[in-house]
Amino acid sequence: MVVQHAAHCPECDAEVPVQNLLVGEIIYCPDCNAELEVLNVEQPEVALAPQVAEDWGE
Amino acid sequence: MRLAILASRIRVEEKLLVEALRQQAVAFDIIDDEELLLDLAQPDERWQQYDAVLCRSLSQSRALAVMYVLEHWGIPVHNSAATTATCNDKLLTTLALLRAHVPVPRTMLAFAANSAVQGIETLGYPAVLKPVTGSWGRLLARVNDRDAAEAVLEHQETLGSYQHHIHYIQQYISKPQRDIRAFVIGDRTVCAIYRTSEHWVTNTARGAVASNCPVTPELDQLCLRAAQAVGGGILAIDLLEDPEQGLLINEINATMEFRNSIAPTGVDIPGLMLDYVLSNAREEVLR
Repeated sequence: MVVQHAAHCPECDAEVPVQNLLVGEIIYCPDCNAELEVLNVEQPEVALAPQVAEDWGE
Repeated sequence: MRLAILASRIRVEEKLLVEALRQQAVAFDIIDDEELLLDLAQPDERWQQYDAVLCRSLSQSRALAVMYVLEHWGIPVHNSAATTATCNDKLLTTLALLRAHVPVPRTMLAFAANSAVQGIETLGYPAVLKPVTGSWGRLLARVNDRDAAEAVLEHQETLGSYQHHIHYIQQYISKPQRDIRAFVIGDRTVCAIYRTSEHWVTNTARGAVASNCPVTPELDQLCLRAAQAVGGGILAIDLLEDPEQGLLINEINATMEFRNSIAPTGVDIPGLMLDYVLSNAREEVLR
């Protein structure tokens, strides 16, 4: 069985490595620089990161 | 011992906390606040396995709601719902500080543009308008004259939510191009930084540069009083240096960011946060 280590950027379809990351981390697509959120590490999946909401903060 | 970290996103701060948990070999889970479904009358069994829950949610409204529910279920949370509620709201923070006789910039509250202008002119230009909720220096306005005041107030009343119709008006403090952020964990002011910027808003989220600020006995005592006034816990306290009034408490943050403060102070802030949470959890177990 082939182990998949990379997700695909939903914006440009580039391969996005997710090894050693945590679910919920924010990363940038190495090709198009889109801001991405790691959704799954074992079955690599990323999504476009949500925009800052009005109630976000410290 | 098992901890839960409630989070919306894994920022640098959460990664540092995870690293500290791994170093201390403490079992933990990261719980995404977006996935929660809380049956209020029936505590979810999975929460019962945690000796404490550290709230690191980005969403202040979600974080507060979850803290209320977990406390209702008897699960120890950091910070408490009461502390979080007070710190999330600038009006409640100011009132708590005033009750405790902690010095704050003079602040007025108004609910209509006309009375807000009157309040601003009582304080004198420039004055600062802030939403009562919000963070990272967003939507702060320094109004330098009546034209600017009327424009900002009109925008707030026309474009803002109902919370923006509560006009929180603060005396502008002519600070020395910096403010102070102090970190209080339990009964200690563990470190502090200066946040320096040419801009009048000195949040590091807005580009201010952090450098070490010595924790003097005066700073320590004031920060501890401020922390106690809002209920205590793990808090980042923002102070302004007024040339005439001395140190004033500006705001208090209950879900503090600290990534820029470790290097200049040399203090292991995530390690100390964890020590505090674990120590409280152990005391709870012994009761």
